[in-house]
Amino acid sequence: MAATQTKTVTNGTFAHGVHPPEHKEFSEDRPIEVMPSPVKVMLPLLQHVGAPSVPVVKAKDAVAAGDMISKGGAFVSAPLHAPIAGKVLKTAVSTLPNARHVQVVPIKADGEQLEGQALFDDVLGGEWSYEGIAQRDPQEITDAIAAAGIVGLGGAAFPTHVKYTRNDEKPVDTVLINGCECEPFLTPDYRVMLEAPRAVVAGSLLVGRAAGAKTIIIGVENNKPRAVEALREAAAGTGIQIAVLKTKYPQGSEKQLITAVLKRATPLGGLPLDVGVAVSNVGTAAAIARAVLRGKPLTHRVVSVTGAGIREPKNLLVPIGISYRELIDFCGGLKPEAARIVSGGPMMGFAFANLDAPITKGTSGITVLTDADVRKAEETACIRCGRCVDACPMGLVPTKIALAARAKDVDLAQRYHIMGCFECGCCTFTCPASIPLVQLVRTGKAQVIASQRQ
Amino acid sequence: MTEQTIDKATLSETPAPVIHVSPSPHLADQSLTTQRIMLDVVIGLIPVVAMALFVFRLYAVKQLAISIVSCLVAEALFAKMRGRELPLKDCSALVTGIILALSLPGPAPWYVGVIASFVAIGIGKAIFGGIGMNIFNPAMVGRAFVMIAFASALAASGYQDVNSSVDAVTQATPLDTFKQTGAVAPLSALFLGLTNGSLGETSALACLIGGIYLCIRRSASWEIPAGVISAALVLGGIANLADMDSGWTVLHHLFGGSLLFGAFFIATDPCSSPLTPRGKFIFGLGVGGFVMLLRLFSGYPAGVMFAVLLMNSLTPLINRWTIPRPLGAQ
Repeated sequence: MAATQTKTVTNGTFAHGVHPPEHKEFSEDRPIEVMPSPVKVMLPLLQHVGAPSVPVVKAKDAVAAGDMISKGGAFVSAPLHAPIAGKVLKTAVSTLPNARHVQVVPIKADGEQLEGQALFDDVLGGEWSYEGIAQRDPQEITDAIAAAGIVGLGGAAFPTHVKYTRNDEKPVDTVLINGCECEPFLTPDYRVMLEAPRAVVAGSLLVGRAAGAKTIIIGVENNKPRAVEALREAAAGTGIQIAVLKTKYPQGSEKQLITAVLKRATPLGGLPLDVGVAVSNVGTAAAIARAVLRGKPLTHRVVSVTGAGIREPKNLLVPIGISYRELIDFCGGLKPEAARIVSGGPMMGFAFANLDAPITKGTSGITVLTDADVRKAEETACIRCGRCVDACPMGLVPTKIALAARAKDVDLAQRYHIMGCFECGCCTFTCPASIPLVQLVRTGKAQVIASQRQ
Repeated sequence: MTEQTIDKATLSETPAPVIHVSPSPHLADQSLTTQRIMLDVVIGLIPVVAMALFVFRLYAVKQLAISIVSCLVAEALFAKMRGRELPLKDCSALVTGIILALSLPGPAPWYVGVIASFVAIGIGKAIFGGIGMNIFNPAMVGRAFVMIAFASALAASGYQDVNSSVDAVTQATPLDTFKQTGAVAPLSALFLGLTNGSLGETSALACLIGGIYLCIRRSASWEIPAGVISAALVLGGIANLADMDSGWTVLHHLFGGSLLFGAFFIATDPCSSPLTPRGKFIFGLGVGGFVMLLRLFSGYPAGVMFAVLLMNSLTPLINRWTIPRPLGAQ
């Protein structure tokens, strides 16, 4: 394993990648607004990687804000908590933007709710003290994270306590806190870094303590100088380093971030843990601070509602389980030229049509794209120009894999390491022949998995 | 309550937005198309064409007109025969036409250009399945065909017309002169391109200007010309050291003949060259190596065409050898 690196990184980066238009201008200067408390929320039992959670309430139960609604169904799972006070309704089924049909527990609002500035202060605002963090028991921190139902808020929604459970065979020497936010349009992490930098730093110190890491580094792209400034100030004297990275997509991908900051290559098919690293998003860090220092579960998150197709782009602090429709509505509704509604950012997010679906823990934003954004030329033949090879951050040959997938040639696809693709979409973005490369790679991966089952 | 508000928001304007779904990514680099890459090649060829027109006058006008028109007609004809939509908008036939014309001698008779064009588009490209499917560089397939079919028109003597009013055409080509008499052309003439030769090959300067533009635009991969030039420098350097008295130095090798034209405009055809940066460099080394071998040891003074075709046939193998190691692979 590589030695711990202590030098401060400036302009770190990874090989290849692309430069999509950033379009942060729609929402980056909009301070986080608190969404008015909804009349109803729907909590999907599976909104994370792993096993679905198991309900501990039944219909007609009265719950207070923060009460547990379901418990983790396995080690890799996460419990759910009520974001509002109210009454539990009968379990229903909803279709999430990722096309999964999941069971949801609806809660109808009833009684006094925490609103406005009071809610903001409870979640992100107020004082964040770093005192005593270094003396805390690591296991207690991890247990608090697990009990609070915290999962990665960057989008993947991997249960956070799993990453920070001590593993003597694979010790973690470095914790990376991911503030890159490389997806175009999205700004929730940016606003959290600006408005609650001390919560981010407190959370970073807590997971560093939990993992027993010697080094804690927060990575931010160089298109967010104000966030870097805010974090530097908040982290002064804590020993936390701020790594300023080149603005390039997908800098916020775990493996690319580790390469850029630490120059370590995560083994193909492996985890950051294999190179002694644990990675969490800045929003996750803030949620961890709240869970451990204030004893509050994960019930709210910051969501950007942005894009040229939305009337008033905003950053909103919303209860998990509120519907997409209410958020779009609160931002003035869609413009006539809106063409596609995406859960997440435009590079890896899911386009969907069911606006009644609930926001989940992993929802970082709603990006409403217009015809001008999504206009795409007709597919033409591959001229083997190799631009996808130059774009692929994993060093693959996307055109070969995609054409192998189209020909259902599983062997050829595997010879070109199809399973190394994490579907960032750089190849499709850059292809001059408009070939749906990453889309074909996805079908190819399904073919590989099917052939392995046989 | 919320539904009412969104209805108001959407109905207050007409027409209401039409929302559709699609898998990610939802953005594409709209400035980058196949047509744009081909247009870049045409732009990169401008200095070369300008120099050809300046040095060869009406010879260049004639060959360019014949080849471009023939290639476009052939493209349309073969597309019709295959029941395909007219593919002229990708501009690849235009590029083939220009490069073919620039690789021909000025005095070659008109039917040489016509036949070469039809072979280039038909046998070089259409029968493989059109753009992107061809194994060989179409322009070089066409040129190879006429080189064998009309040997005298494309032999060293075919370049020369002693009665011509155009200066350059009255002389023999510099490489041929050197082979026959040992006389060495001045380096400055080779660099500027005031000598006889195929229309596009004479000016090293024009090829460098256009070629560097192509590489900066990334419409040609720099690894290929880098490979060609490296191989020429090494082998030319060795030949230079082995025979210090000849006067034909390594720089003559570099600026003479169609080495630079081939390196920047012919070998860089994406369809018939490898995919990965490492593969491209190996391909370039191979082209440069074969050019030097043919120059030093064969009867053909200029071997770019054969070198490119040979390496084209090795491209699938090179692709197989140079599957890149993914990030984190053992």
